[in-house]
Amino acid sequence: MAVKKYEAGVKEYRQTYWAPEYMPLDSDILACFKITPQPGVDREEAAAAVAAESSTGTWTTVWTDLLTDMDYYKGRAYRIEDVPGDDTSFYALIAYPIDLFEEGSVVNVFTSLVGNVFGFKAVRALRLEDVRFPLAYVKTCNGPPHGIQVERDKMNKYGRPLLGCTIKPKLGLSAKNYGRAVYECLRGGLDFTKDDENVNSQPFMRWRDRFLFVADAIQTAETETGERKGHYLNVTAPSPEEMYERAEFAKELNMPIIMHDFLTGGFCANTGLARWCRKNGILLHIHRAMHAVVDRNPHHGIHFRVLAKALRLSGGDHLHTGTVVGKLEGDRGATQGWVDLLRESFVPEDRDRGIFFDQDWGSMPGVFAVASGGIHVWHMPALLAIFGDDAIFQFGGGTLGHPWGNAAGAAANRVALEACVEARNEGRELEREGKDILTNAAKDSPELKIALETWKEIKFEFDTVDKLDVVNR
Amino acid sequence: MADIQDYNSTPKYETFSYLPAMTPEKMRRQIAYLVSQGWNPGIEHVEPERASKYYWYMWKLPMFGEQSVDAVITELEACHRAHPNHHVRLVGYDNYSQSQGSSFVVFRGR
Repeated sequence: MAVKKYEAGVKEYRQTYWAPEYMPLDSDILACFKITPQPGVDREEAAAAVAAESSTGTWTTVWTDLLTDMDYYKGRAYRIEDVPGDDTSFYALIAYPIDLFEEGSVVNVFTSLVGNVFGFKAVRALRLEDVRFPLAYVKTCNGPPHGIQVERDKMNKYGRPLLGCTIKPKLGLSAKNYGRAVYECLRGGLDFTKDDENVNSQPFMRWRDRFLFVADAIQTAETETGERKGHYLNVTAPSPEEMYERAEFAKELNMPIIMHDFLTGGFCANTGLARWCRKNGILLHIHRAMHAVVDRNPHHGIHFRVLAKALRLSGGDHLHTGTVVGKLEGDRGATQGWVDLLRESFVPEDRDRGIFFDQDWGSMPGVFAVASGGIHVWHMPALLAIFGDDAIFQFGGGTLGHPWGNAAGAAANRVALEACVEARNEGRELEREGKDILTNAAKDSPELKIALETWKEIKFEFDTVDKLDVVNR
Repeated sequence: MADIQDYNSTPKYETFSYLPAMTPEKMRRQIAYLVSQGWNPGIEHVEPERASKYYWYMWKLPMFGEQSVDAVITELEACHRAHPNHHVRLVGYDNYSQSQGSSFVVFRGR
């Protein structure tokens, strides 16, 4: 055994934390950071500094380092790569021993990986691009309360995506008027309606009143249509105690699903609520308010694929992923990458989709991808082609804005969806033949006909939507 | 208001129930898709007033490994003849996801 002696002072990080010869273990947590170093700091030193500051290191040598086996616990920067088309930054791959982290704690993993290191002076900017969670760690997490298959069985929905709608105006409706809007959407053919993320328990509509009227709306719509319905009752609250109180009341009302904002609510609250949902048989819809603050800057922050992985570990049955066809045009490959990370049991490394590592989820259930915001019936063919069946399409304005009202708007969306599924199953190319599929379906549906006239036709040119030339932005 | 149409909700039964009843040729293509996905066809039927229950009556056993669209249609028709007033639906059992890949009503009951 090598003997180590204590020498006080400041060492270069690279002496301890740069390890190009290191072969990562199957049990290591691996991270890919995009580092923009300060002028004069070379790549190896910057990468080693990030490895040190996000694991065992501090700025100077301390004698207590010698009381433990630092070679067992330290993080290691083991590879450096160029960022295509960007000279200001580089990728650093870092391996962390699994024992650095508490089991089943997304909170603990992120406190290390994106903690103090993001304010560290040696780097000008820092972005966490991807994290490989080893199966050994995945198995310590609770994950989605139910997952895609169990939700399909509970809600009795097969062979198609599900349809939802966020009730608008998002703030200001009384509970009884709000329930009316919910009822109209559900009786028209939607599977779900949703509380807006800002709807918690404001003076104009307290949560208990909302829950009561919504429950009546769901039960009436179910009786009329014979189909199973739900409304994402937002239980996001100022404190965990109030969050659980709201969840318990939803359960008392036999509601199938509740909702939480995992970033503003926090990983701790989210993980607790996901466990509660598993225990009480209630589905959990997850909204992602605040994500763009964290994931939008290409040089600093956390990429959304990492937040999506964190949510799958922490627990949720649905997660908003963006729509691709709306404002995020051009991001199709990257979006499909994180959609796979939510739904599949194994996702291989694929740099063209921004995936830096193989990710094995084992038996952890999958999460429904939710496409929401700025979409309407004309987008249906592209949405089905991009997301496939295990997704939820949420048309807010695209339902409530129908000239004949919510029920007609909901029916238009449902007819459009089923016509697209039918056409896909027949082997037709959705994005090329979208217009034909929709106008044909409208012959038997006056609601769809009016919807198609109300909203603008979008182009169904396969090539323009399919392009992804910016690798990892 | 004159140009606004009223919307009446009527009983539905999940996937494809918002489309008009399919012609036999269109139905055949849906069955072919189900079989091509590697799903096992299973037939169920029920009185329309009980349609919202999870469990309908099972017609015989699921047709494990059946590849012939004609064979599936023959059984669907046999079930329909035996229960002319019932909804008859075709389920595609996906043994990998341990769920149903698809499920839709083939004959609409009265």
